[in-house]
Amino acid sequence: MANLISFTDKGLFCEAGNFYIDPWQPVERALITHAHSDHAKYGNRFYLCHKFAKPILQLRLGHNHYQTVEWNETIFMNGVKVSFHPAGHIIGSSQIRLEYQNEVWVVSGDYKREDDGISGKFEPVKCNVFITESTFGLPIFQWKPQQEIYSDIINWITKNKENGKASILIAYSLGKSQRVLQAIKETTQTIFAHGAIYNMQQTFIDAGWKLNPVVRITPETPKELLKETVVIAPPGAEGTSWMKKFYPYSIGVCSGWMQVRGNARRRNVDAGFALSDHADWNSLITTVKETGAEKVFVTHGFQAAFSRYLNEKNVAISAEVKTQFGDEDEETNSPLEIKNEEAENV
Amino acid sequence: MNNHVAIEKSNEISGLQMFAELVTELSSSTKTNDKLQSLVDYFATAPDADKVWVIAIFSGRRPRRAVNSRLMREWCLEIIGIPDWLFTECHSTVGDFSETLALLLSEVEVINRQNENLCFYLEKFIQIEKENESVKKKFIVESWQQMNSKEKFVFNKLITGSFRVGVSQKTIVNALAKTVDLSSSVIAHRISGNWDPTTTSFHELLGESTSLADFSKPYPFYLAYAIDDVVENLGEPDLWQAEWKWDGIRGQMIKRNKELFVWSRGEELMTEKFPEYFILKDLLPDGIVLDGEIIPALDGKPLPFAVLQRRIGRKNISKKQLQEAPICFFAYDLLEYNYEDWREKPLTERRQKLEEIISSFQNKSIQISEKINFNSWDELAALRKTSRDKNSEGIMLKRKHSVYKTGRKRGDWWKWKIDPLTIDCVMVYAAKGSGRRSNLYTDYTFAVKDGEELITFTKAYSGLTDKEFAQIDYFVKRNSIEKFGPVRTVKPELVFEIAFEGIAASNRHKSGVALRFPRMNRWRKDKTVDEINTLDDLKQMLKLYGK
Ligand SMILES: [Zn+2]
Ligand SMILES: [Zn+2]
Repeated sequence: MANLISFTDKGLFCEAGNFYIDPWQPVERALITHAHSDHAKYGNRFYLCHKFAKPILQLRLGHNHYQTVEWNETIFMNGVKVSFHPAGHIIGSSQIRLEYQNEVWVVSGDYKREDDGISGKFEPVKCNVFITESTFGLPIFQWKPQQEIYSDIINWITKNKENGKASILIAYSLGKSQRVLQAIKETTQTIFAHGAIYNMQQTFIDAGWKLNPVVRITPETPKELLKETVVIAPPGAEGTSWMKKFYPYSIGVCSGWMQVRGNARRRNVDAGFALSDHADWNSLITTVKETGAEKVFVTHGFQAAFSRYLNEKNVAISAEVKTQFGDEDEETNSPLEIKNEEAENV
Repeated sequence: MNNHVAIEKSNEISGLQMFAELVTELSSSTKTNDKLQSLVDYFATAPDADKVWVIAIFSGRRPRRAVNSRLMREWCLEIIGIPDWLFTECHSTVGDFSETLALLLSEVEVINRQNENLCFYLEKFIQIEKENESVKKKFIVESWQQMNSKEKFVFNKLITGSFRVGVSQKTIVNALAKTVDLSSSVIAHRISGNWDPTTTSFHELLGESTSLADFSKPYPFYLAYAIDDVVENLGEPDLWQAEWKWDGIRGQMIKRNKELFVWSRGEELMTEKFPEYFILKDLLPDGIVLDGEIIPALDGKPLPFAVLQRRIGRKNISKKQLQEAPICFFAYDLLEYNYEDWREKPLTERRQKLEEIISSFQNKSIQISEKINFNSWDELAALRKTSRDKNSEGIMLKRKHSVYKTGRKRGDWWKWKIDPLTIDCVMVYAAKGSGRRSNLYTDYTFAVKDGEELITFTKAYSGLTDKEFAQIDYFVKRNSIEKFGPVRTVKPELVFEIAFEGIAASNRHKSGVALRFPRMNRWRKDKTVDEINTLDDLKQMLKLYGK
């Protein structure tokens, strides 16, 4: 029997159901795990996603033919039973479960195990074959509980205020920003944000999410107003002239990569907070075990290492798969891409 | 009431913890002033015994390595139960061995917090150095179980490597100057030289009236910046003294109390490495300090740096080496005469005395570094072009009335180096950097053309901006042909101009040449791989400049 999902140059393809999951080239029918740019691409004729993901897809990809589902709701596509399950990665992120001729496959998309209160609580899904991400698939990546990181961030903000500095937190506009904003909402009355983050936050608020509004920074925002404040900005704004307005300031980056000192130092930032929306090493292993899968395909990240480890430790039969999913950190932060965000939103 | 006491107790932080916080702050702050403030805060609150060690560590004095890293790796693997190859993978991602260990061990539960000071661990390292493996293992493993992540990191660092926290000696001196009642130059003088942190107390080292005189101590070196303007703007040529800039090891030769000491600029005591100098103990007057260059020379003519490198690498020096590459001291300056500090006197006066002293006896192990006579800047510029023939790196310009300052200063002394040699080549391998570039591909190997073949000839790590490194990293990750271990074979496409200071024949390299100080001068985005230099070009350079 052919595999339920095959790995093609357009993406993960389910032949029986005649659809793709997170394709990286335009196709007829695309099932989308979540709205990050490396998983949800432009140009498909039809999109199926979780209902929370739709407003973000609209913001990013414009008007398309979208169909939405609830978590655990079952639909059939060409006889393949399809359902979405919470992945805990960002708002609306899902794992996708396929069942056909008594075989169950699950595509994890990106996921994290700790419940951040807005992205949905991750649920392990039993399956025969599990396709997992491995962004942080090395044992050096073991996250501290989020509460500890949140208090580190809050202490840092407090210290900056004492020293008369503004605190600029660098976080991805989709996902990390909403999480950070939730974490620090008690700290300060007003939180300022870069246009990209303002747009994203507003999209969620318009869609009915009870999130705190942020104040958009425009060229008219007086410098005096920004003294000793908290500002959320996307990685693209880091090191640009846009930041001059906040001087004196301190920069803190929220990213799993900050676990390694060298990364924080290389980026010349004042503080790194290892706050990640991906599963750490132990969570990846726990998850693989909890799915009960006998076969595990490992995609984007440290796939070679994680896959080899699963094989050697007899956790599952595993193989690594080349995909075009990058870590969204690396993709959106590619120095070769031109940063329009700044120009558009300042 | 009880509650209050308990809180106070748990807030007590140990010396090791203070040091771990200091290291974290130093390595994450990007501004010298922040670093200075962190050090001032540390020196104001840390236990005295720890401070002595911190000064020692940051100036390169650490206990001998008590445990080798292979064993530490083994014990770590045993505790966390991962295979060896996975450790290698982690190490190549993190870039730093001590940090890799600390991250891997971060889940190890703290079962028995001890709150020891930094000096406890350092003294323990010395104690266990001679012990057997099981004693060492017990100490290391138990220590890991008593520490938080940051502490584990500095603990591992103390055992295995050097701290690269980006703190200059000057910053440390300035921080200490705000803590103790001594001037910066006195502090710099006291903390350089040959003292032992195990037997020296903070008071002995930096107390106001210390009786512990160390007559081996060198003065802090006066260093010059590269000239960043046209020389004509320095004013009248006759205000300036010009000398050749030699390519050896900058050093100080000290004779006090009838003993001879030779220090390198890196504050390493090198007396024993150069038996050629022993005779100077008898020839030099007592109470004298000379600044100069440690350099191999035959008949008064300097030899290439490669000769010195080979010499330093050896433990035992053969008769043959002493004949073929005798080491000489090219004296530049006189810092102390008759036990009197001469640094505040003008250069002309110091130089005159220096010439007097050196010419009073004749010995091939020391000579005065000759002055260059010139009447105009044009004339000097023409002479500068002959530097390479003399194995010189260019010219030093010193204002004739200048005093001998401390550290790198602008204004009175300038180096006017010759333009480097350059060659265009293509990048063929890339490996991840270490330290602050641990997740980027920043260490490259370059090749020149030989017919249709590409022949690798050098590596280079520095010379590009962070932005360029990031762009190249992006290219490497998407254009790898092969990956073995941490090294990727990259599609030969990116062309670079490599600059270097010298070239020598080498049988360790396939190309047959070895470069001195190679670095990336420019990323030649305008050139394709067809336009790079050839192996013949390299050989031609070897013929012209290699000796
Ligand atoms: Zn994602
Ligand atoms: Zn992803």
